[in-house]
Amino acid sequence: MLRYALLRLLGAIPTLLLVIVLAFLMVHAAPGGPFDEERALPADVAAKIEAAYHLDETLPQQFMRYMSGLLQGDLGPSFRYRDYTVSELIGSGFPVSLRLGLLAILLALLVGVGSGTIAALRQGSLLDRVVMSFAMTGISIPVFVVGPVLVLLFAVKLHWLPAGWSGTESVWKYLLPVITLALPQIAYIARLTRASMIDVLSRDFIRTARAQGLGTKAIIRFHALKPAMLPVLSYMGPAIAAILTGSVVVEEVFGIPGLGQFFVRGALNRDYTLVLGIVIFYATLIIALNLIVDILYGVIDPRVRHR
Amino acid sequence: MKLIRILLLTVLLVGIAACGGSGDDKDRANVLHRGLAIDPETLDAHKARSIQAADILRDAGEGLVSYSASGELTPGVAESWEVSEDGLTYTFHLRDNAKWSNGDAVIAEHFVFSVQRLINPETAAFYAQLLGDVAGLEAVDDRTLVITLERPTPYLLSLLTHPATFPMHPGSLAEHGDDFARPGTLLSNGAYVLAAWVPGSVLKLTRNELYWNNAATAIDEVQHHVLTQEMTELARYRAGEIDITASVPPDSFQQVKAELGDQLHVAPYLGVYYYGYNLTRPPFKDNPELRQALSMAIDRELLVEKITGRGESVAYSWVPPGVDNYEPTVLSYAPLTQAERNNIARTLYKSAGYSEDNPLQLELRYNTSDTQQRVALAIQSMWRDALGVETTLINEEFQVLLANMRDREITQVFRSSWIGDYNDAHTFLSVMQSDSAANMPAYASEEYDSLMQRAASQVDLDRRRLYLEEAERVMLADHPAIPIYFYVSKHLVSPRVAGWGDSVLDYHYSQHLSFKAVE
Repeated sequence: MLRYALLRLLGAIPTLLLVIVLAFLMVHAAPGGPFDEERALPADVAAKIEAAYHLDETLPQQFMRYMSGLLQGDLGPSFRYRDYTVSELIGSGFPVSLRLGLLAILLALLVGVGSGTIAALRQGSLLDRVVMSFAMTGISIPVFVVGPVLVLLFAVKLHWLPAGWSGTESVWKYLLPVITLALPQIAYIARLTRASMIDVLSRDFIRTARAQGLGTKAIIRFHALKPAMLPVLSYMGPAIAAILTGSVVVEEVFGIPGLGQFFVRGALNRDYTLVLGIVIFYATLIIALNLIVDILYGVIDPRVRHR
Repeated sequence: MKLIRILLLTVLLVGIAACGGSGDDKDRANVLHRGLAIDPETLDAHKARSIQAADILRDAGEGLVSYSASGELTPGVAESWEVSEDGLTYTFHLRDNAKWSNGDAVIAEHFVFSVQRLINPETAAFYAQLLGDVAGLEAVDDRTLVITLERPTPYLLSLLTHPATFPMHPGSLAEHGDDFARPGTLLSNGAYVLAAWVPGSVLKLTRNELYWNNAATAIDEVQHHVLTQEMTELARYRAGEIDITASVPPDSFQQVKAELGDQLHVAPYLGVYYYGYNLTRPPFKDNPELRQALSMAIDRELLVEKITGRGESVAYSWVPPGVDNYEPTVLSYAPLTQAERNNIARTLYKSAGYSEDNPLQLELRYNTSDTQQRVALAIQSMWRDALGVETTLINEEFQVLLANMRDREITQVFRSSWIGDYNDAHTFLSVMQSDSAANMPAYASEEYDSLMQRAASQVDLDRRRLYLEEAERVMLADHPAIPIYFYVSKHLVSPRVAGWGDSVLDYHYSQHLSFKAVE
């Protein structure tokens, strides 16, 4: 098991390196520079600033400089937030995105698995159809529509919840963004759970359990839930990645200072170091998450370990 | 049953996990919430370029002179000043109770230090050019500052309201180095001091108890909320979380006007929206007739009424109306009707060698945004209907458009704008001088440059004004760009806020605002 984990870890290094090189080349290939604005800088001033950020060097020189900083854990200064370093910005944005993402995942799992299971048990019933059409809607309505509609309803009209993020300490400010972010995942997980549960419930060992006189609750809890969760579990890796990166839109709609917003702004402003820093950070995170899911898979399903 | 249990559990978990903050909302009573379109890039007044950085710094600092809520120049750190006969020497008398937020006195030397840092090439300050006409600064004593000029600069006082010319505390810079402009270290000599800055979220300013005019400050805390999406800002305003918005979204403007008309403040703003020609490439190089034809064929009245629709005013000049000591000269064809303009435009178009069989094909570049798109589509069809021009619309990401404008290798017509830095025609007209970095069309006219030079050396305001107006006339006749409309500032101001004044520079100092007593 440990050997398996270590091998996977080593295998991740070239992937990460490739991501860094590609990201570096891509941000620098984008037309326009970080200090271009409508009120153009006089040539001498522009040259001074570019020199201060080593933008006057050749691309390979800049890459080597960046890599040597990276190896020492230094992601460099932000070009757009000139009073901040990239590490500071990630340190400020990531906990926000993480908290948002974890809450959304939790909500998605609880509601998704719960409603999926119920739908599977009452297959073909009205409840099933209601849950599944809700799931279809959740998947098809984009986040940038759901978000503003929720805000309009609960914040502007009813005044129950805050419309935005900054300046309010109330924990209720999490509710609308978390629901918005979780909605498509709830829908997806509910559908996965339902399909998988229906499949599992028709297996022989469930029939055996039933024959032994176990009630539906006990069958679900002790026999069906674990195997039925396998597809959901393997979906967790992509789901977490989707929620963390997908929070970009939610962060924009609600004005939340998370990593997603920094990423979008950074890309538009040609904040080379900020974009690179976030790409590297996310790449590392996603590789690590995939690794963890694979290992968890091995724990739940022994067949994976012995393959 | 189970579903309900799960839901309850979720709510509970959300509650627990979200418990990062501290309980209740702070008393909203004396906290002003303002919208800010983007984060300042820095609060180092010399390195900042954005309007947003200047907005914050005007709350967290003060220059020799300042503006009142209604836009008149008022004494700031200087309680009085004298100007010499030749207009070349300004003597400022600093008030003796001006203090930094750490208790140190604000002295003349701090202004000298600030200006020296601003114009030092090592600082690489964009606004160093603001003080291009300043020959020297001398701190005669702690309370007397003398500024000498190379040529009379009648807008000097207006420049001194710009945060780049605010004083700086040398000790603070020596102690903190590049980190001096962060919360906790940034010293303020203004009504507020920076207490916190969460990038992408909020800048909090709290009352500076040591400010000389602190007694006149009504509001204890100001929060500038970074809201990049205008729709989000509007939703928060409607929910009562924001007192003053930075803008109003174009799509919601009519609805806002109908529903919140008494809270909507639309005012002329010193900014021009224009289409520039690339004068270094065909078809517009050495082709003023064609440039004039395209300019004339744009129905600006229709455009501002039907397309932009937020109270913008049509532009037939380069300098917007409302500038001090100036009467903008207008394009020669301004008095004609659109039908008459189109007739002349067609003649010019023909004499430039184009016709129905041989239409002009051109590329119009603009930055990706709904407003730009709508304006471009409208102008495309106006050009087609009036002249038969075949326009290809190319929308580009803003940084791409900027790079293309600067390189001048593929552009033909491009969208741009210019926002005034101070209340004088010079801030607009200097853009078109041949040596200006902001001169995107690459307009180069010896006559224009020399008129600008002559205006610069005039002490007499009336004669200076004549030279400037003549310069504008010369430039407009060459059609290096098409002024389309003048911007307006658009704010929603909560009924609980008092002291709001519309201003052409769109400066709104928090220190002038207060809350109305709640009945």
